[in-house]
Amino acid sequence: MRVYLPRDAAAKALGAEAVAEALLAEAARRGVALELIRTGTRGMIWLEPLAEVEIDGVRHGVGPMTPGDVPALFEGAAAHPKALGPVEALDWMKRQTRLTFARCGLIDPLSLADYEAHGGLAGLRRALGMTPAQIVEEVTESGLRGRGGAGFPTGIKWTTVLKAEAPQKYIVCNADEGDSGTFADRMLMEGDPFTLIEGMTIAGLGVGATKGYVYLRSEYPDAIEVMEAAVRLARDAGVLGADVLGSGRAFDMEIRVGAGAYVCGEETSLLNSLEGRRGIVRAKPPLPAIEGLFGRPTVVNNVISLATVPVIFEKGARFYADFGLGRSKGTIPLQIAGNVARGGLFETAFGMPLGRIVEEIAGGTASGRPVKAVQVGGPLGAYMHPAQFDTPFGYEEFDGQGGLIGHAGLVVFDDSADMLEMARFAMEFCAVESCGKCTPCRIGAVRGVETLDRVRQGDAAALGLLEDLCETMSAGSLCALGGFTPYPVMSALRHFPEEFGMAREAAE
Amino acid sequence: MALDTAANPRLARLEAILDAHEGREGPLLPILHDVQAAFGCVPAEVIPRIADRLNLTRAEVHGVVSFYHDFRDEPAGRVVVKLCRSEACKATGADALAAAAEARCGVAMGETAADGAVTLEPVYCLGLCACGPAAMVGDTLVGRLDADRLDAMLKERGL
Ligand SMILES: Cc1cc2nc3c(=O)[nH]c(=O)nc-3n(C[C@H](O)[C@H](O)[C@H](O)COP(=O)(O)O)c2cc1C
Ligand code: SF4
Ligand code: FES
Ligand code: FES
Repeated sequence: MRVYLPRDAAAKALGAEAVAEALLAEAARRGVALELIRTGTRGMIWLEPLAEVEIDGVRHGVGPMTPGDVPALFEGAAAHPKALGPVEALDWMKRQTRLTFARCGLIDPLSLADYEAHGGLAGLRRALGMTPAQIVEEVTESGLRGRGGAGFPTGIKWTTVLKAEAPQKYIVCNADEGDSGTFADRMLMEGDPFTLIEGMTIAGLGVGATKGYVYLRSEYPDAIEVMEAAVRLARDAGVLGADVLGSGRAFDMEIRVGAGAYVCGEETSLLNSLEGRRGIVRAKPPLPAIEGLFGRPTVVNNVISLATVPVIFEKGARFYADFGLGRSKGTIPLQIAGNVARGGLFETAFGMPLGRIVEEIAGGTASGRPVKAVQVGGPLGAYMHPAQFDTPFGYEEFDGQGGLIGHAGLVVFDDSADMLEMARFAMEFCAVESCGKCTPCRIGAVRGVETLDRVRQGDAAALGLLEDLCETMSAGSLCALGGFTPYPVMSALRHFPEEFGMAREAAE
Repeated sequence: MALDTAANPRLARLEAILDAHEGREGPLLPILHDVQAAFGCVPAEVIPRIADRLNLTRAEVHGVVSFYHDFRDEPAGRVVVKLCRSEACKATGADALAAAAEARCGVAMGETAADGAVTLEPVYCLGLCACGPAAMVGDTLVGRLDADRLDAMLKERGL
């Protein structure tokens, strides 16, 4: 009997290890030969731990599993009380366009053979037959924009690094993923790590870099473990090293672990951290593409940006660019989080309206109460009101609504949310995580917390002060931590003024 | 500089860590992680030697240690409970859970119990945002945590 069970951190956090133990014990008790394959997650976190049993070559899902559900699994997965049917036929799976996450949840993340059998390395092999300029052109043509938050065109960044002359260049993968409501990087690294390695290798070939680093946050112990193992396996197999797939071209990489600073997700702070310094943000220019790691030309890209490169090379730039909406080309892995009935990762072409994501895909709130607000794009993203639910998911479309898509995390709140508290938290988070370089951010955020406490106590004058403070932070901060913290604060105030005013009345 | 490593086994351990990172690019963070794994914190006594080996000033090394939330100057309690305080977990009741955890552990967020049994810490996202409130109890990640489950997990760890 062959059973697949995720080893993804979210599946583990919901009890996958106990289910795995129960499976092995039950198989031993029954004398059944069990092949237990640990995979990444499919992204249906509300169904985790999700076991998949192969019946006539088709994987049938059963979940969410508890150890108590294990014995019945041996009686036949199709008849199990928690049987879901063929996994690929589930609505959540069928409605997606899984390009970047095609293999995640499907394969054994640490089997290179499995990886290749499912299309892995095809992109790299194609890139090896291209010139650096052709590689960079392919990425430019795909329309891929940075998935880390800023949405900068990846091809343009690579072109700058390609053109820079230097004895050493670097590919740095930003795996700091500090935004609340996001876990796509984690899921990819735990579920399909070779995709990231392949993407970084193609990047190296494209711009002429022979060394890569993944800066991976310390809050992700499982991802660190899988990535380190995958790099060793790739090196042993000759995918990485002095002679990439026998091409005579070199690329190797290392995993580096962060140390719990949110601001180190900002690319220049990250570079300082990699160099062993305090994670203080650097002024730009110079751009990292010109003077990056150790002063050398450096590509800094998010995990998802780099992990999308292999499929672009496998299927072609045009294929990828044909998905999406306007200048938001390709697919985006939506991460649906917070108070939702169905939370998880859903990869789809850009353009789906926010309301459809929240109501149809996520199924509304877990509590069953009405949706009050959705914070899109992490702690620096705006709170979107249900009145804005027709906004299509795209960079320009969200910008036009006073918001941003960031790393594509959506955090849903029901009507019990206290928006004044959420605004206060945004300021508090900025104060805790500020790198300290600019006064508007370092001091402004502390003042912001105090000011919101005064609003809570009913001080009417404090609201004007809050708006001034937000203007100063937006205008006078070097990076988006100080510069964008006003987004969640001001959107909460704009959409829910009565919550800021009600407190005033209550106190009077 | 000769070091009296025979008299101080901790310093011998430190030398081994420093040797292991010899020749790496930007070795300070990996070194500090290894030091903390070995000693439970980054003790003040190791800073001069790290500075010496990396050709940095003590102030520079201290500056780095103090910048990052992960590095401690004193060891944590026997069990470390990290509760996610970020938005997605707040949307699913993390604030109430934090209050319950403080009451159960008898310490405020960010503190270690006087008997060294437990440390309660905030963490800003564990990537478990689709199954909040999330936490890490010792080395175990847990999602959809509530006060009863936390109580049971602490009991399993003798608390
Ligand atoms: C405070 C702050 C935190 C950030 N955190 C991350 C992060 O965790 N991951 C990430 O990829 N980009 C993050 N960014 C964006 C990076 O600075 C940078 O734009 C990105 O890594 C570039 O890669 P991309 O073009 O592939 O998106 C952050 C930016 C700021 C200002
Ligand atoms: S805005 Fe804040 S985090 Fe960004 S550089 Fe300035 S002080 Fe540092
Ligand atoms: S450095 Fe002081 S305000 Fe920016
Ligand atoms: S917000 Fe709590 S785990 Fe992400």
